[in-house]
Amino acid sequence: MSDQASESMITSDNAGKLRAVFLRDGAAIAARHDAAMRLGWAKRLPVMLSFCAVFALLVFGMLYLGFSIDLFVSGLPNLTFIIGLMIPPNPGTWARVLYYLNQLGQTLGIAFLGTLFATLLAFPFGFLAAKNVVPSLVVHVLSRRLFDTVRGIDTLVWALVWINVVGLGPFAGTLAIICSDFGALAKLFSEAIEAVDRKAVEGVLSSGGSRIESVRFGMLPQVLPVITSQVLYFFESNTRSATIIGIVGAGGIGLSLSEMISTLEWHQVSFIILMLLLTVSVIDYLSTKLRIAIIGPRAA
Amino acid sequence: MAQTIKPAQTAELAALVADYAREVARRRRISLIGLAAVVLGIAVASWAAEVRLDVLVEHIGNFSGYVAGLFVLDTGGVAFADPVYWFWGLGKWGRLLADTLLMAYVGTFLGAIIGFCLCFFSARNLMKSAWLCAIMRRFLEFGRTVPDIVFALIFVAAFGLGPVPGVLAIAMHTTGALGKLFAEVVENIDMKPVEGIASTGGSWLQQIRFAVLPQVQTNFVSYALLRFEINVRSAGVLGFVGAGGIGETLLVSIRRFYASDVSAILIMLIVTVMVIDYATEKLRHALLGDGERA
Repeated sequence: MSDQASESMITSDNAGKLRAVFLRDGAAIAARHDAAMRLGWAKRLPVMLSFCAVFALLVFGMLYLGFSIDLFVSGLPNLTFIIGLMIPPNPGTWARVLYYLNQLGQTLGIAFLGTLFATLLAFPFGFLAAKNVVPSLVVHVLSRRLFDTVRGIDTLVWALVWINVVGLGPFAGTLAIICSDFGALAKLFSEAIEAVDRKAVEGVLSSGGSRIESVRFGMLPQVLPVITSQVLYFFESNTRSATIIGIVGAGGIGLSLSEMISTLEWHQVSFIILMLLLTVSVIDYLSTKLRIAIIGPRAA
Repeated sequence: MAQTIKPAQTAELAALVADYAREVARRRRISLIGLAAVVLGIAVASWAAEVRLDVLVEHIGNFSGYVAGLFVLDTGGVAFADPVYWFWGLGKWGRLLADTLLMAYVGTFLGAIIGFCLCFFSARNLMKSAWLCAIMRRFLEFGRTVPDIVFALIFVAAFGLGPVPGVLAIAMHTTGALGKLFAEVVENIDMKPVEGIASTGGSWLQQIRFAVLPQVQTNFVSYALLRFEINVRSAGVLGFVGAGGIGETLLVSIRRFYASDVSAILIMLIVTVMVIDYATEKLRHALLGDGERA
Protein backbone atom coordinates (compact mmCIF):
# COMPACT_ATOMS: atom_id res chain seq x y z
CA MET A 1 0.00 0.00 0.00
CA SER A 2 1.50 3.37 -1.01
CA ASP A 3 1.65 6.36 1.34
CA GLN A 4 -0.78 8.25 -0.85
CA ALA A 5 -3.37 5.52 -0.54
CA SER A 6 -3.02 5.27 3.21
CA GLU A 7 -3.25 9.04 3.61
CA SER A 8 -6.46 9.18 1.60
CA MET A 9 -7.93 6.52 3.84
CA ILE A 10 -7.67 8.67 6.96
CA THR A 11 -11.17 9.63 7.93
CA SER A 12 -12.76 10.24 11.28
CA ASP A 13 -13.76 6.54 11.35
CA ASN A 14 -10.27 5.17 11.24
CA ALA A 15 -8.28 8.08 12.65
CA GLY A 16 -6.59 5.67 15.06
CA LYS A 17 -4.89 4.06 12.07
CA LEU A 18 -2.89 7.26 11.51
CA ARG A 19 -0.72 6.25 14.41
CA ALA A 20 -0.05 2.81 12.92
CA VAL A 21 0.77 4.37 9.56
CA PHE A 22 3.12 6.88 11.12
CA LEU A 23 4.85 4.25 13.23
CA ARG A 24 5.42 2.17 10.07
CA ASP A 25 6.32 4.92 7.60
CA GLY A 26 7.41 7.70 9.97
CA ALA A 27 11.08 7.54 9.05
CA ALA A 28 10.35 7.70 5.32
CA ILE A 29 7.93 10.61 5.72
CA ALA A 30 10.47 12.49 7.85
CA ALA A 31 13.15 11.88 5.23
CA ARG A 32 10.94 13.23 2.43
CA HIS A 33 9.98 16.41 4.33
CA ASP A 34 13.39 17.04 5.79
CA ALA A 35 13.27 20.86 5.61
CA ALA A 36 9.88 21.07 7.29
CA MET A 37 10.75 18.66 10.10
CA ARG A 38 13.98 20.43 11.05
CA LEU A 39 14.02 23.91 12.56
CA GLY A 40 17.29 25.60 11.59
CA TRP A 41 19.61 26.86 14.30
CA ALA A 42 19.43 30.28 12.72
CA LYS A 43 15.74 30.36 13.61
CA ARG A 44 16.07 28.77 17.01
CA LEU A 45 19.07 30.65 18.40
CA PRO A 46 17.42 34.09 18.88
CA VAL A 47 14.44 32.47 20.61
CA MET A 48 16.75 30.43 22.84
CA LEU A 49 18.88 33.47 23.68
CA SER A 50 15.89 35.63 24.61
CA PHE A 51 14.55 32.80 26.77
CA CYS A 52 17.93 32.61 28.53
CA ALA A 53 18.01 36.39 29.04
CA VAL A 54 14.48 36.46 30.46
CA PHE A 55 15.24 33.61 32.86
CA ALA A 56 18.61 35.09 33.84
CA LEU A 57 16.86 38.35 34.81
CA LEU A 58 14.35 36.34 36.83
CA VAL A 59 17.07 34.49 38.75
CA PHE A 60 19.08 37.67 39.26
CA GLY A 61 15.96 39.48 40.48
CA MET A 62 15.09 36.75 42.95
CA LEU A 63 18.62 36.68 44.37
CA TYR A 64 18.89 40.47 44.45
CA LEU A 65 15.53 40.94 46.19
CA GLY A 66 16.55 38.49 48.90
CA PHE A 67 14.78 35.25 47.99
CA SER A 68 16.53 32.55 50.01
CA ILE A 69 15.83 29.09 51.29
CA ASP A 70 16.32 30.31 54.87
CA LEU A 71 13.58 32.88 54.42
CA PHE A 72 11.10 30.27 53.25
CA VAL A 73 12.18 27.78 55.91
CA SER A 74 11.32 30.35 58.57
CA GLY A 75 8.44 32.06 56.74
CA LEU A 76 6.36 29.19 55.39
CA PRO A 77 5.62 27.69 58.83
CA ASN A 78 4.52 31.18 59.90
CA LEU A 79 2.26 31.42 56.87
CA THR A 80 0.67 28.02 57.43
CA PHE A 81 0.25 28.92 61.12
CA ILE A 82 -1.51 32.15 60.14
CA ILE A 83 -3.73 30.38 57.63
CA GLY A 84 -4.53 27.83 60.33
CA LEU A 85 -5.60 30.65 62.64
CA MET A 86 -7.83 32.08 59.90
CA ILE A 87 -10.00 28.99 59.89
CA PRO A 88 -12.81 29.20 60.72
CA PRO A 89 -13.62 32.83 59.85
CA ASN A 90 -15.23 34.32 62.90
CA PRO A 91 -16.25 37.93 63.52
CA GLY A 92 -16.71 37.38 67.26
CA THR A 93 -19.86 39.35 68.03
CA TRP A 94 -22.91 40.47 66.04
CA ALA A 95 -21.99 44.04 66.83
CA ARG A 96 -18.80 43.59 64.84
CA VAL A 97 -20.72 42.06 61.93
CA LEU A 98 -22.92 45.14 61.83
CA TYR A 99 -19.87 47.37 62.04
CA TYR A 100 -18.22 45.56 59.12
CA LEU A 101 -21.43 45.70 57.08
CA ASN A 102 -21.56 49.42 57.72
CA GLN A 103 -17.99 49.80 56.52
CA LEU A 104 -18.70 47.62 53.51
CA GLY A 105 -21.58 49.93 52.64
CA GLN A 106 -19.20 52.85 52.93
CA THR A 107 -16.78 51.06 50.59
CA LEU A 108 -19.52 50.56 48.01
CA GLY A 109 -20.56 54.20 48.38
CA ILE A 110 -16.99 55.31 47.73
CA ALA A 111 -16.74 53.07 44.65
CA PHE A 112 -20.11 54.25 43.28
CA LEU A 113 -19.52 57.97 43.76
CA GLY A 114 -15.91 57.68 42.63
CA THR A 115 -16.79 55.91 39.38
CA LEU A 116 -19.78 58.14 38.66
CA PHE A 117 -18.03 61.47 39.10
CA ALA A 118 -14.87 60.24 37.39
CA THR A 119 -17.08 59.36 34.41
CA LEU A 120 -18.81 62.74 34.42
CA LEU A 121 -15.43 64.51 34.55
CA ALA A 122 -13.76 62.26 32.00
CA PHE A 123 -16.59 62.47 29.47
CA PRO A 124 -15.93 66.00 28.15
CA PHE A 125 -12.18 65.49 28.42
CA GLY A 126 -12.44 62.33 26.33
CA PHE A 127 -13.96 64.39 23.49
CA LEU A 128 -11.35 67.10 23.98
CA ALA A 129 -8.52 64.60 23.57
CA ALA A 130 -9.98 62.79 20.55
CA LYS A 131 -8.22 63.71 17.31
CA ASN A 132 -11.42 63.51 15.26
CA VAL A 133 -13.30 65.97 17.49
CA VAL A 134 -10.62 68.55 18.27
CA PRO A 135 -8.16 68.35 15.37
CA SER A 136 -5.34 70.13 17.16
CA LEU A 137 -2.10 68.28 17.81
CA VAL A 138 -1.21 70.53 20.77
CA VAL A 139 -4.51 69.88 22.56
CA HIS A 140 -4.25 66.18 21.78
CA VAL A 141 -0.71 65.72 23.10
CA LEU A 142 -1.21 67.94 26.15
CA SER A 143 -4.44 66.29 27.23
CA ARG A 144 -3.06 62.78 26.72
CA ARG A 145 0.01 63.64 28.83
CA LEU A 146 -2.29 65.07 31.51
CA PHE A 147 -4.24 61.78 31.60
CA ASP A 148 -1.00 59.77 31.76
CA THR A 149 0.26 61.89 34.66
CA VAL A 150 -2.98 61.59 36.64
CA ARG A 151 -3.15 57.87 35.85
CA GLY A 152 0.49 57.31 36.80
CA ILE A 153 -0.21 58.33 40.41
CA ASP A 154 -1.69 55.43 42.33
CA THR A 155 -5.06 55.68 44.08
CA LEU A 156 -3.34 55.27 47.44
CA VAL A 157 -1.09 58.29 46.77
CA TRP A 158 -4.11 60.34 45.69
CA ALA A 159 -5.80 59.27 48.92
CA LEU A 160 -2.86 60.58 50.94
CA VAL A 161 -2.99 63.88 49.06
CA TRP A 162 -6.74 64.31 49.62
CA ILE A 163 -6.43 63.39 53.28
CA ASN A 164 -4.23 66.48 53.55
CA VAL A 165 -7.02 68.56 52.00
CA VAL A 166 -10.31 67.26 53.45
CA GLY A 167 -9.06 65.26 56.39
CA LEU A 168 -9.23 61.52 57.19
CA GLY A 169 -12.34 59.63 56.14
CA PRO A 170 -14.25 58.18 53.20
CA PHE A 171 -14.66 61.54 51.44
CA ALA A 172 -10.89 61.64 50.83
CA GLY A 173 -11.14 58.12 49.41
CA THR A 174 -13.94 59.15 47.07
CA LEU A 175 -11.92 62.09 45.77
CA ALA A 176 -8.89 59.80 45.34
CA ILE A 177 -10.85 57.35 43.20
CA ILE A 178 -12.33 60.22 41.17
CA CYS A 179 -8.81 61.49 40.44
CA SER A 180 -7.10 58.24 39.49
CA ASP A 181 -10.07 57.00 37.45
CA PHE A 182 -10.44 60.30 35.68
CA GLY A 183 -7.09 59.77 33.95
CA ALA A 184 -7.77 56.16 33.01
CA LEU A 185 -11.36 56.72 31.83
CA ALA A 186 -10.58 59.87 29.85
CA LYS A 187 -7.87 57.97 27.97
CA LEU A 188 -10.20 55.05 27.23
CA PHE A 189 -13.04 57.38 26.21
CA SER A 190 -10.87 59.34 23.80
CA GLU A 191 -9.63 56.10 22.22
CA ALA A 192 -13.21 54.87 21.85
CA ILE A 193 -14.22 58.17 20.25
CA GLU A 194 -11.30 58.03 17.82
CA ALA A 195 -12.41 54.56 16.73
CA VAL A 196 -15.93 55.63 15.61
CA ASP A 197 -17.13 55.19 12.07
CA ARG A 198 -16.78 58.49 10.15
CA LYS A 199 -19.78 57.81 7.93
CA ALA A 200 -22.43 58.65 10.50
CA VAL A 201 -20.70 61.94 11.33
CA GLU A 202 -20.39 62.84 7.65
CA GLY A 203 -24.04 61.96 7.17
CA VAL A 204 -25.13 64.44 9.83
CA LEU A 205 -22.81 67.13 8.46
CA SER A 206 -23.96 66.60 4.85
CA SER A 207 -27.61 66.93 5.82
CA GLY A 208 -26.85 70.36 7.25
CA GLY A 209 -26.08 69.53 10.88
CA SER A 210 -23.65 71.64 12.84
CA ARG A 211 -20.42 70.21 14.32
CA ILE A 212 -22.05 69.91 17.74
CA GLU A 213 -24.98 68.06 16.18
CA SER A 214 -22.59 65.74 14.34
CA VAL A 215 -21.02 64.82 17.68
CA ARG A 216 -24.39 64.42 19.36
CA PHE A 217 -26.13 62.38 16.64
CA GLY A 218 -23.19 60.91 14.72
CA MET A 219 -20.66 59.98 17.41
CA LEU A 220 -22.49 59.68 20.71
CA PRO A 221 -24.75 56.76 19.72
CA GLN A 222 -21.64 54.84 18.64
CA VAL A 223 -19.54 55.47 21.75
CA LEU A 224 -22.19 55.24 24.47
CA PRO A 225 -22.31 51.41 24.58
CA VAL A 226 -18.50 51.19 24.72
CA ILE A 227 -18.35 53.83 27.44
CA THR A 228 -21.12 52.19 29.47
CA SER A 229 -19.35 48.86 29.35
CA GLN A 230 -16.03 50.41 30.42
CA VAL A 231 -17.66 52.33 33.26
CA LEU A 232 -19.25 49.15 34.59
CA TYR A 233 -15.88 47.40 34.49
CA PHE A 234 -14.39 50.30 36.41
CA PHE A 235 -17.12 50.11 39.01
CA GLU A 236 -16.23 46.46 39.56
CA SER A 237 -12.52 47.18 39.85
CA ASN A 238 -13.23 50.19 42.08
CA THR A 239 -15.05 48.06 44.63
CA ARG A 240 -11.70 46.29 44.90
CA SER A 241 -9.60 49.46 45.14
CA ALA A 242 -12.08 51.03 47.58
CA THR A 243 -11.34 48.16 49.95
CA ILE A 244 -7.67 49.10 50.20
CA ILE A 245 -7.71 52.88 50.49
CA GLY A 246 -8.78 52.39 54.11
CA ILE A 247 -5.23 51.17 54.77
CA VAL A 248 -4.02 54.78 54.61
CA GLY A 249 -7.10 56.07 56.45
CA ALA A 250 -9.35 57.07 53.57
CA GLY A 251 -12.47 55.19 54.67
CA GLY A 252 -14.04 51.87 53.90
CA ILE A 253 -13.39 48.38 55.17
CA GLY A 254 -9.63 48.53 54.49
CA LEU A 255 -9.16 50.30 57.80
CA SER A 256 -10.60 47.36 59.76
CA LEU A 257 -8.70 44.92 57.58
CA SER A 258 -5.31 46.48 58.22
CA GLU A 259 -6.14 46.99 61.91
CA MET A 260 -7.11 43.34 62.33
CA ILE A 261 -3.95 42.21 60.53
CA SER A 262 -1.69 44.38 62.66
CA THR A 263 -3.38 43.19 65.85
CA LEU A 264 -3.15 39.59 64.56
CA GLU A 265 -6.90 38.92 64.83
CA TRP A 266 -6.76 36.36 62.02
CA HIS A 267 -10.31 35.03 62.49
CA GLN A 268 -11.62 38.51 61.81
CA VAL A 269 -9.24 39.00 58.88
CA SER A 270 -10.55 35.91 57.12
CA PHE A 271 -14.13 36.96 57.87
CA ILE A 272 -13.55 40.36 56.25
CA ILE A 273 -11.85 38.78 53.23
CA LEU A 274 -14.79 36.39 52.87
CA MET A 275 -17.21 39.34 52.96
CA LEU A 276 -15.13 41.06 50.27
CA LEU A 277 -15.13 37.98 48.03
CA LEU A 278 -18.88 37.68 48.37
CA THR A 279 -19.52 41.37 47.68
CA VAL A 280 -17.24 41.48 44.65
CA SER A 281 -18.82 38.41 43.09
CA VAL A 282 -22.31 39.85 43.65
CA ILE A 283 -21.22 43.13 42.02
CA ASP A 284 -19.61 41.18 39.15
CA TYR A 285 -22.82 39.28 38.59
CA LEU A 286 -25.05 42.37 38.75
CA SER A 287 -22.89 44.45 36.46
CA THR A 288 -22.71 41.65 33.89
CA LYS A 289 -26.53 41.53 33.96
CA LEU A 290 -26.72 45.30 33.65
CA ARG A 291 -24.24 45.32 30.79
CA ILE A 292 -26.25 42.74 28.89
CA ALA A 293 -29.46 44.67 29.57
CA ILE A 294 -28.00 47.94 28.29
CA ILE A 295 -25.92 46.90 25.32
CA GLY A 296 -27.00 43.39 24.44
CA PRO A 297 -25.28 40.06 25.02
CA ARG A 298 -22.64 40.54 22.33
CA ALA A 299 -20.49 43.00 24.25
CA ALA A 300 -20.68 41.19 27.57
CA MET B 1 -43.22 60.82 -7.80
CA ALA B 2 -46.12 62.87 -6.53
CA GLN B 3 -48.65 60.44 -5.20
CA THR B 4 -51.91 61.03 -3.48
CA ILE B 5 -52.17 59.40 -0.11
CA LYS B 6 -55.13 57.13 0.07
CA PRO B 7 -57.24 57.14 3.23
CA ALA B 8 -56.06 53.60 4.09
CA GLN B 9 -52.46 54.73 3.94
CA THR B 10 -53.20 57.70 6.16
CA ALA B 11 -54.64 55.36 8.74
CA GLU B 12 -51.58 53.12 8.51
CA LEU B 13 -49.38 56.17 8.81
CA ALA B 14 -51.24 57.34 11.88
CA ALA B 15 -50.78 53.92 13.46
CA LEU B 16 -47.09 54.02 12.68
CA VAL B 17 -46.72 57.51 14.13
CA ALA B 18 -48.55 56.42 17.25
CA ASP B 19 -46.31 53.37 17.54
CA TYR B 20 -43.25 55.54 17.13
CA ALA B 21 -44.48 57.96 19.78
CA ARG B 22 -45.17 55.07 22.13
CA GLU B 23 -41.69 53.65 21.55
CA VAL B 24 -40.05 57.03 22.21
CA ALA B 25 -42.16 57.47 25.34
CA ARG B 26 -41.17 53.99 26.52
CA ARG B 27 -37.46 54.74 26.09
CA ARG B 28 -37.87 58.12 27.79
CA ARG B 29 -39.57 56.39 30.68
CA ILE B 30 -36.72 53.86 31.02
CA SER B 31 -34.15 56.65 30.87
CA LEU B 32 -36.04 58.60 33.55
CA ILE B 33 -36.27 55.57 35.81
CA GLY B 34 -32.54 54.98 35.29
CA LEU B 35 -31.80 58.60 36.09
CA ALA B 36 -33.93 58.44 39.24
CA ALA B 37 -32.07 55.28 40.31
CA VAL B 38 -28.73 57.00 39.79
CA VAL B 39 -29.84 60.09 41.76
CA LEU B 40 -31.08 57.85 44.57
CA GLY B 41 -27.76 56.00 44.43
CA ILE B 42 -25.87 59.29 44.70
CA ALA B 43 -27.91 60.32 47.72
CA VAL B 44 -27.39 57.01 49.55
CA ALA B 45 -23.72 56.78 48.58
CA SER B 46 -23.04 60.38 49.59
CA TRP B 47 -24.50 59.64 52.98
CA ALA B 48 -22.44 56.44 53.29
CA ALA B 49 -19.21 58.03 52.07
CA GLU B 50 -19.69 61.08 54.32
CA VAL B 51 -19.45 63.53 51.45
CA ARG B 52 -19.06 67.03 52.82
CA LEU B 53 -19.10 69.46 49.94
CA ASP B 54 -18.76 72.41 52.32
CA VAL B 55 -15.44 70.99 53.53
CA LEU B 56 -14.32 70.47 49.95
CA VAL B 57 -15.26 74.00 48.93
CA GLU B 58 -13.68 75.43 52.05
CA HIS B 59 -10.43 73.53 51.65
CA ILE B 60 -10.13 73.24 47.88
CA GLY B 61 -7.55 75.98 48.15
CA ASN B 62 -5.48 73.55 50.21
CA PHE B 63 -5.35 71.21 47.25
CA SER B 64 -3.90 73.72 44.80
CA GLY B 65 -1.74 75.04 47.63
CA TYR B 66 -0.56 71.53 48.37
CA VAL B 67 0.24 70.77 44.72
CA ALA B 68 2.02 74.10 44.33
CA GLY B 69 3.87 73.47 47.58
CA LEU B 70 5.27 70.23 46.19
CA PHE B 71 7.44 72.29 43.86
CA VAL B 72 8.97 74.46 46.55
CA LEU B 73 12.39 73.43 47.88
CA ASP B 74 13.13 73.52 51.60
CA THR B 75 15.41 76.46 50.85
CA GLY B 76 12.29 78.35 49.74
CA GLY B 77 13.32 78.38 46.06
CA VAL B 78 11.32 77.06 43.13
CA ALA B 79 12.17 73.45 42.36
CA PHE B 80 12.51 73.93 38.59
CA ALA B 81 15.22 76.53 39.11
CA ASP B 82 17.54 74.11 40.90
CA PRO B 83 17.00 70.58 39.55
CA VAL B 84 20.24 69.29 41.08
CA TYR B 85 19.10 70.23 44.57
CA TRP B 86 15.55 69.07 43.80
CA PHE B 87 16.71 65.58 42.76
CA TRP B 88 19.33 65.33 45.51
CA GLY B 89 18.41 61.70 46.17
CA LEU B 90 18.53 60.61 42.53
CA GLY B 91 20.94 57.74 43.21
CA LYS B 92 19.01 56.38 46.20
CA TRP B 93 15.60 56.81 44.55
CA GLY B 94 16.89 55.31 41.31
CA ARG B 95 18.01 52.19 43.17
CA LEU B 96 14.66 51.92 44.95
CA LEU B 97 12.86 52.40 41.64
CA ALA B 98 15.00 49.63 40.11
CA ASP B 99 14.01 47.45 43.09
CA THR B 100 10.37 48.26 42.38
CA LEU B 101 10.70 47.33 38.70
CA LEU B 102 12.50 44.12 39.60
CA MET B 103 9.74 43.26 42.09
CA ALA B 104 7.12 43.77 39.42
CA TYR B 105 9.15 41.69 36.95
CA VAL B 106 9.76 38.74 39.26
CA GLY B 107 6.21 38.87 40.63
CA THR B 108 4.68 38.99 37.14
CA PHE B 109 6.96 36.19 35.96
CA LEU B 110 6.20 33.85 38.86
CA GLY B 111 2.49 34.65 38.66
CA ALA B 112 2.48 34.08 34.91
CA ILE B 113 4.21 30.70 35.30
CA ILE B 114 1.75 29.53 37.95
CA GLY B 115 -1.19 30.98 36.01
CA PHE B 116 0.11 29.21 32.90
CA CYS B 117 0.24 25.87 34.69
CA LEU B 118 -3.22 26.31 36.21
CA CYS B 119 -5.04 27.71 33.17
CA PHE B 120 -5.15 24.34 31.39
CA PHE B 121 -6.88 22.83 34.39
CA SER B 122 -9.51 25.57 34.48
CA ALA B 123 -10.28 25.55 30.74
CA ARG B 124 -13.49 23.63 30.14
CA ASN B 125 -12.49 22.31 26.73
CA LEU B 126 -9.31 20.62 28.00
CA MET B 127 -10.29 19.64 31.54
CA LYS B 128 -12.75 16.78 31.55
CA SER B 129 -13.11 16.71 35.32
CA ALA B 130 -15.72 19.31 36.19
CA TRP B 131 -14.97 19.52 39.89
CA LEU B 132 -11.23 20.08 39.40
CA CYS B 133 -12.11 22.79 36.91
CA ALA B 134 -14.47 24.43 39.43
CA ILE B 135 -11.88 24.30 42.22
CA MET B 136 -9.24 25.88 39.99
CA ARG B 137 -11.65 28.61 38.97
CA ARG B 138 -12.52 29.43 42.59
CA PHE B 139 -8.82 29.57 43.45
CA LEU B 140 -8.04 31.93 40.57
CA GLU B 141 -11.04 34.07 41.53
CA PHE B 142 -9.74 34.28 45.09
CA GLY B 143 -6.29 35.41 43.91
CA ARG B 144 -7.83 37.96 41.59
CA THR B 145 -10.32 39.43 44.04
CA VAL B 146 -8.09 39.93 47.06
CA PRO B 147 -6.04 43.07 46.29
CA ASP B 148 -2.28 42.52 46.18
CA ILE B 149 -1.71 44.96 49.02
CA VAL B 150 -3.85 42.75 51.30
CA PHE B 151 -1.74 39.73 50.35
CA ALA B 152 1.30 41.91 51.07
CA LEU B 153 0.01 42.70 54.58
CA ILE B 154 -0.43 38.99 55.32
CA PHE B 155 2.91 37.98 53.78
CA VAL B 156 4.73 40.73 55.66
CA ALA B 157 3.32 39.25 58.86
CA ALA B 158 4.65 35.82 57.86
CA PHE B 159 7.97 36.62 56.15
CA GLY B 160 8.93 39.92 57.75
CA LEU B 161 9.54 43.30 56.11
CA GLY B 162 11.25 43.47 52.73
CA PRO B 163 10.66 42.98 49.02
CA VAL B 164 10.08 39.19 49.15
CA PRO B 165 6.53 39.41 50.61
CA GLY B 166 5.81 42.14 48.04
CA VAL B 167 6.93 39.89 45.19
CA LEU B 168 4.86 37.00 46.56
CA ALA B 169 1.82 39.26 46.86
CA ILE B 170 2.19 40.41 43.25
CA ALA B 171 2.70 36.81 42.14
CA MET B 172 -0.43 35.67 43.97
CA HIS B 173 -2.63 38.40 42.52
CA THR B 174 -1.11 37.94 39.05
CA THR B 175 -1.77 34.20 39.16
CA GLY B 176 -5.46 34.91 39.65
CA ALA B 177 -5.69 37.62 37.03
CA LEU B 178 -3.59 35.95 34.33
CA GLY B 179 -4.87 32.43 35.03
CA LYS B 180 -8.40 33.57 34.20
CA LEU B 181 -7.38 35.41 31.02
CA PHE B 182 -5.18 32.50 29.91
CA ALA B 183 -8.03 30.04 30.48
CA GLU B 184 -10.33 32.22 28.36
CA VAL B 185 -7.78 32.20 25.55
CA VAL B 186 -7.47 28.42 25.78
CA GLU B 187 -11.23 28.01 25.69
CA ASN B 188 -11.37 29.92 22.40
CA ILE B 189 -8.84 27.81 20.49
CA ASP B 190 -9.51 25.68 17.45
CA MET B 191 -9.93 22.13 18.79
CA LYS B 192 -9.03 20.34 15.53
CA PRO B 193 -5.25 20.23 16.15
CA VAL B 194 -5.94 18.88 19.66
CA GLU B 195 -8.09 16.10 18.16
CA GLY B 196 -5.35 15.45 15.62
CA ILE B 197 -2.70 14.92 18.27
CA ALA B 198 -5.11 12.88 20.39
CA SER B 199 -5.95 10.61 17.44
CA THR B 200 -2.27 9.84 16.88
CA GLY B 201 -2.04 8.72 20.47
CA GLY B 202 -0.55 11.87 21.97
CA SER B 203 -0.86 12.23 25.73
CA TRP B 204 -2.65 15.15 27.43
CA LEU B 205 0.69 16.94 27.88
CA GLN B 206 1.62 16.36 24.23
CA GLN B 207 -1.77 17.73 23.14
CA ILE B 208 -1.09 20.90 25.11
CA ARG B 209 2.51 21.22 23.91
CA PHE B 210 1.91 20.64 20.20
CA ALA B 211 -1.73 21.62 19.62
CA VAL B 212 -2.68 24.23 22.24
CA LEU B 213 0.55 26.11 22.88
CA PRO B 214 1.23 27.20 19.28
CA GLN B 215 -2.26 28.74 19.17
CA VAL B 216 -2.10 30.64 22.43
CA GLN B 217 1.51 31.67 23.01
CA THR B 218 1.38 35.17 21.49
CA ASN B 219 -1.79 36.05 23.39
CA PHE B 220 -0.29 34.73 26.61
CA VAL B 221 2.83 36.86 26.24
CA SER B 222 0.72 39.88 25.34
CA TYR B 223 -1.46 39.51 28.43
CA ALA B 224 1.63 38.99 30.61
CA LEU B 225 3.15 42.22 29.29
CA LEU B 226 -0.08 44.08 30.02
CA ARG B 227 -0.07 42.69 33.53
CA PHE B 228 3.59 43.68 34.00
CA GLU B 229 2.62 47.28 33.31
CA ILE B 230 -0.18 47.11 35.89
CA ASN B 231 2.15 45.47 38.41
CA VAL B 232 4.77 48.21 38.04
CA ARG B 233 2.12 50.68 39.20
CA SER B 234 1.05 48.59 42.16
CA ALA B 235 4.63 47.65 43.16
CA GLY B 236 5.18 51.39 43.62
CA VAL B 237 2.80 51.48 46.60
CA LEU B 238 3.46 48.07 48.17
CA GLY B 239 6.12 49.82 50.24
CA PHE B 240 3.24 51.54 52.08
CA VAL B 241 2.80 48.33 54.06
CA GLY B 242 6.52 47.56 54.29
CA ALA B 243 6.75 45.22 51.31
CA GLY B 244 9.75 46.81 49.61
CA GLY B 245 10.30 49.16 46.70
CA ILE B 246 10.04 52.93 46.56
CA GLY B 247 6.65 53.12 48.31
CA GLU B 248 8.03 53.36 51.84
CA THR B 249 10.23 56.35 51.01
CA LEU B 250 7.30 57.98 49.24
CA LEU B 251 4.99 57.40 52.20
CA VAL B 252 7.53 58.86 54.64
CA SER B 253 8.04 61.90 52.41
CA ILE B 254 4.30 62.53 52.15
CA ARG B 255 3.63 62.02 55.86
CA ARG B 256 6.51 64.30 56.92
CA PHE B 257 5.81 66.97 54.29
CA TYR B 258 9.17 66.67 52.51
CA ALA B 259 7.39 68.53 49.74
CA SER B 260 9.99 68.65 46.99
CA ASP B 261 11.00 65.02 47.63
CA VAL B 262 7.41 63.94 47.04
CA SER B 263 7.25 65.69 43.69
CA ALA B 264 10.68 64.38 42.66
CA ILE B 265 9.79 60.76 43.51
CA LEU B 266 6.37 61.06 41.87
CA ILE B 267 7.92 62.47 38.71
CA MET B 268 10.40 59.60 38.58
CA LEU B 269 7.60 57.09 39.12
CA ILE B 270 5.33 58.64 36.50
CA VAL B 271 8.10 58.81 33.91
CA THR B 272 9.01 55.17 34.59
CA VAL B 273 5.38 54.08 34.27
CA MET B 274 5.01 56.03 31.00
CA VAL B 275 8.18 54.45 29.56
CA ILE B 276 7.05 50.95 30.56
CA ASP B 277 3.60 51.72 29.16
CA TYR B 278 5.08 52.77 25.84
CA ALA B 279 7.60 49.92 25.64
CA THR B 280 5.10 47.15 26.43
CA GLU B 281 2.61 48.61 23.94
CA LYS B 282 5.26 48.60 21.18
CA LEU B 283 6.31 45.08 22.11
CA ARG B 284 2.73 43.84 22.08
CA HIS B 285 2.04 45.40 18.70
CA ALA B 286 5.21 43.82 17.31
CA LEU B 287 4.16 40.49 18.77
CA LEU B 288 0.55 40.46 17.63
CA GLY B 289 1.20 42.14 14.29
CA ASP B 290 -0.24 45.57 13.61
CA GLY B 291 -3.91 45.79 12.84
CA GLU B 292 -4.69 42.29 14.08
CA ARG B 293 -5.68 43.32 17.59
CA ALA B 294 -4.24 45.56 20.24
